[in-house]
Amino acid sequence: MIPAAFDYVKADTLDHAVQLLAEHGEDAKVIAGGHSLLPMMKLRLAFPTVLIDIRRAADASYVRVEGEEVAIGALTRHADLVASDVLAAEAPLLAEVAAHVGDPQVRHRGTIGGSVAHSDPAADLPSAVLASDATLVLQGPGGRREVKAADFFLGYFETVLSPDELLVELRVPRTGTGGWGYEKFVRRANDWAIVGVATVAGRVALANMGNKPLRAARTEEALASGASIADAAALAAEDTSPVEDMHANADYRRHLARVLTRRALEAAAARP
Amino acid sequence: MTAVDMPRGSILGTRVQRVEDPEFLTTGAVYTEDLTDERLTGAVRLTYVRAPIPHARIASIDTSAATAAPGCVAVFTAADLTDVPEAGPAMPMFPAPMAQSLLASGTVRYVGEPVAVVVHEERYDGEDLAELVEVDYDPLPAVVDPRKAVAGETLLFPEAGTNVAMAQPPEHADDFFADCEVVVTHEIVNQRVAVAPLEVRAAAAVWSDDRLTTWIPNQGAQGSQAAVAGALGLPKEQVRVITPAVGGAFGAKFGADPEHILVGWVARRLGRPATWVETRSENMVGMTHGRGQVQTIAIGGDRDGNIKAYRLDVVQDTGAYPRIGAVLPTLTLLMAPGVYDFDRIETSFASVVTNTTPVGAYRGAGRPEATAVVERAIDLFAAEIGMDPAEVRHRNVLPAFTEPVQSKGGALYDSGDYTMALDTVLKAADYDGLRREQAARRERGDTKLLGIGLSTYVEITGAGMEAGNPRENATVEIHPDGTATILTGTSPHGQGHSTVWAMLASEELGIPIEKITVKWGDTDLVPEGGGTGGSRSLQQGGAAVKQAAVELVEVARGRAADRLEVAPEDLVVDHALAGLSVKGVPDTGISFAQLAEDEPLRVRTVFSAPGATYPFGAHVAVVEVDVETGKATLERLIALDDAGVIMNPLIAEGQRHGGLAQGAAQALLEEVLYDEDGNPTTTTFADYPIVTATELPSFELVTTETPTSYNSLGAKGIGEAGTIGATPAVQNAVIDAVAHLGVRHIDMPTSPMRIWSAINDAAGAAAGEGNGN
Amino acid sequence: MQVTITVNGETRTDEVEPRLLLVHYLRDVAGLKATNIGCDTSSCGACTVHVDGESVKSCTVLAAQADGTSVTTLEGLAQGETLHPVQTAFRAEHGLQCGFCTPGMVMAAASLLKENPSPSEQEVREGLEGNICRCTGYHNIVRAVLAAADTMAGKDATGTDASGSDAEAVTA
Repeated sequence: MIPAAFDYVKADTLDHAVQLLAEHGEDAKVIAGGHSLLPMMKLRLAFPTVLIDIRRAADASYVRVEGEEVAIGALTRHADLVASDVLAAEAPLLAEVAAHVGDPQVRHRGTIGGSVAHSDPAADLPSAVLASDATLVLQGPGGRREVKAADFFLGYFETVLSPDELLVELRVPRTGTGGWGYEKFVRRANDWAIVGVATVAGRVALANMGNKPLRAARTEEALASGASIADAAALAAEDTSPVEDMHANADYRRHLARVLTRRALEAAAARP
Repeated sequence: MTAVDMPRGSILGTRVQRVEDPEFLTTGAVYTEDLTDERLTGAVRLTYVRAPIPHARIASIDTSAATAAPGCVAVFTAADLTDVPEAGPAMPMFPAPMAQSLLASGTVRYVGEPVAVVVHEERYDGEDLAELVEVDYDPLPAVVDPRKAVAGETLLFPEAGTNVAMAQPPEHADDFFADCEVVVTHEIVNQRVAVAPLEVRAAAAVWSDDRLTTWIPNQGAQGSQAAVAGALGLPKEQVRVITPAVGGAFGAKFGADPEHILVGWVARRLGRPATWVETRSENMVGMTHGRGQVQTIAIGGDRDGNIKAYRLDVVQDTGAYPRIGAVLPTLTLLMAPGVYDFDRIETSFASVVTNTTPVGAYRGAGRPEATAVVERAIDLFAAEIGMDPAEVRHRNVLPAFTEPVQSKGGALYDSGDYTMALDTVLKAADYDGLRREQAARRERGDTKLLGIGLSTYVEITGAGMEAGNPRENATVEIHPDGTATILTGTSPHGQGHSTVWAMLASEELGIPIEKITVKWGDTDLVPEGGGTGGSRSLQQGGAAVKQAAVELVEVARGRAADRLEVAPEDLVVDHALAGLSVKGVPDTGISFAQLAEDEPLRVRTVFSAPGATYPFGAHVAVVEVDVETGKATLERLIALDDAGVIMNPLIAEGQRHGGLAQGAAQALLEEVLYDEDGNPTTTTFADYPIVTATELPSFELVTTETPTSYNSLGAKGIGEAGTIGATPAVQNAVIDAVAHLGVRHIDMPTSPMRIWSAINDAAGAAAGEGNGN
Repeated sequence: MQVTITVNGETRTDEVEPRLLLVHYLRDVAGLKATNIGCDTSSCGACTVHVDGESVKSCTVLAAQADGTSVTTLEGLAQGETLHPVQTAFRAEHGLQCGFCTPGMVMAAASLLKENPSPSEQEVREGLEGNICRCTGYHNIVRAVLAAADTMAGKDATGTDASGSDAEAVTA
């Protein structure tokens, strides 16, 4: 299938991209790897009139330690996250989760910024970013602002990003190599999660249990107050309203959330 | 010492690498969309406007905006098709009103039905222009569930007065189960699946010199020619069909669909060459689907495991317009008792129309449905009497036979040894060891339970495409330069005929396979042929090649006897020479090439088989079921398939692997879904879970070769065995994994949610009993 | 708009529509028709090519996005007359039937082996998770990739065949 026609402009830097966004207004879409946007355009579910290609903005692909945080450029590809020594040592959850995104070809193109900004509740990285308590750096015409991951996602394909803003960096606390787990439940390896659970440092986030990635607050509270993993995990589906689709009804998704949360927490406990 | 005296090993039965492959692996094959034929220069492109709702009357179609748009050449609707014959039903046995016209006329009956065609200059304009065609629909109630369609409350074709396209009504005897201690009944769904060859449908056409030449990826050019000529009202001779490389077919590329046919019509109407290639999203609703049966079984016998009576009633979903899918239940019924020696069977079917994509053939075509349901029935019976399913099978399979045996389903099984197949595969799988491992895991309360599933099958191959005995033609010609050409009426699309047909000729003639070219798929070159399907090709097309080569040797013998002035009977085939020489006198020979110098050395022959052949086998599947999530993972698939004598094990194994994967995929993953209003919900490869490498293990093949006497090769068909044996083995394994929890049946695909629900339901039922209700 | 792309070693500049997909650029503009299209949703991998040495799905990349890159298709994988070990192994192990997925599958496998030269069977299966084959059941594809890995590592690939095929292979 063929996308509807559009104009195409290329940004050399993030500043240039923001400038182009301001120029072209709400009908413009930013494209990086394009593996979320282009399929929607081909299926004619999205019709941007201008595409702003930021993929080769030179200043936005990196993973580096900055103080107590790891800073990740928004254009860092999934394949680069998987291969990052910095992430392996300082925030391995993100590397592991990135390895579950799509397939090798997708990971060669897709970027963490694109995946997070797309805000698909079934995607892998948004829940991992949420569990990581990441700080997201957004850049607009007025400069940069920071938003916590917990405040970033609003719903299906909806975030606090305004039309003239760009997600440019993600910062996550350095966790060392321990205390994390990721459970993705799929029928086929390269599918979207039917339910996904990411946990690190006692935080637990759920994929595909609502219209956006969710923190399992009741589980986290129980863990904090000393409950067993089993007891805490049993609360994982509280306050969720999961969708029903061909793979799972709501009851089954809640059940999976509890089982997978327990498994993720057990994996985290086994990685001291 | 000359080579003549050297002992020579046969090429048959060896793992010859395919001669097709170098092209595939370097430049890629030339599929329809890759054609660069100069006759197609400047071709227009076709894009179809398809029905977005499942059942509606077309109130109006406004093509003006599209027609006026830049890049549009023309837009056609049914109203423009005044020069084609009125459409009749796809097969003469269907009610006359159940006919699909080339473009929907008056009523649309499934999402995806072609309503109009936009003809345009550039590929990228097609979808934009199609969006400009405005069609107003008056919706009608849709029928989606075939069980409801039977009742006929809503009719798709009111003039027909029924939704039943074809049927064999049940005749249930009151005393059918009278002598049975145990009778188990169950409804079992053999779900609708997408055929999904990786190459979607396409066509190209040119009208010149008052004749249509059309390129269609198909399974038999001659059948496609008949379909195109019939639909356009042309004599067969006025239509030439050429088959480019075909990117998979699996039963769904026989004949021609309306979309293929209209490419030729447009080419003639506009006087310009025309091409069409659909998208995957179109393919998922436009290409025929497979399977789609609701089966009700009753199986009865005694508590010693002897099954006496088996009843199978089938409702076949044919989709909106009955095609071959409506007929396939006859094969299901024919093969209903499978390998078993039941005392009596009763069968019936009703094929009904629904507001869904038409159903056609899919690898196995009617036989997987028979095997799946009888193998489930055996397991249900075994569970009911508490006997190991392997033991129940043992007690009920037909004893070994070498002379044809009449089955209770009405088939004439040619040769088989089902006990041997079962015993051999059980041993290969270490069945007893698996059962011990299963028990140990249950004992320990493991999360990952082990399930072991069996199936024992017999299937029918080479049943013939036309009336009369199955037959196929072949031509072998040797050229003066020492090369040879084979023309075949079969039509390979992955099965390696170029290699194996060359091997068969090489075996008789001594010409090396790299000097033999196999041609097919051009109705001018090969006017007759049955194509490739129903696992017929080797046993008929291959046998014809051998027969032609043998006959060609006789023609050559006559010529050589004259030339060498010896008695014909003194001449023997000299493989080293690729010719004939005098018995016991080396260096006296003459090559076939020399014998072709003065007049063509060419034989066309028709091989005719006494009947269909019946390959058989037994499969064991081992699955792990995560009892907490319900997810089943296929760990092992051990397959014994006996299709008679194997010509090329490399290729035969490949056929089995592919079938096993598709069979396992039906059991675990794949299903075409519609919502209750008739809207398809699995219309892309993102939604329809085609099996990938990560869900499959390496397969364990066990091979036995029980020859058939029906052809000189001793070969039966191998192409569909995998799908027939694997599906019930895997399904049975999944259910077996959770059988101790009280689960007796889970419909396919055995999705995690279905397994989880089945475990819960069984637990709920057990709790209910425990509460003393 | 104008794009300059090096395709199989040859740099070319073409005027293209912004929405032109890389796969159509390769097939219709550059005339390289090995790369096939099997789906609309980046699911099947038939269109896999290498961009700057890495596997990508060319149906989900705009030609515009490939501006300035180097693209390799199946046609450019062999070094002159010398086939890539993956090509050779696919034939030896019968890793293809209808051939439609083959160009993408071979390119995906070559990229996989570049990143992981000695994969386990499981790693091969996971490495090919983005490529659908409807014919082979993947069995011989996996064998072929493992055999190619052995060849590339300088190991003798014969005799290590786990499929139990002990008969001598005959090369036509």
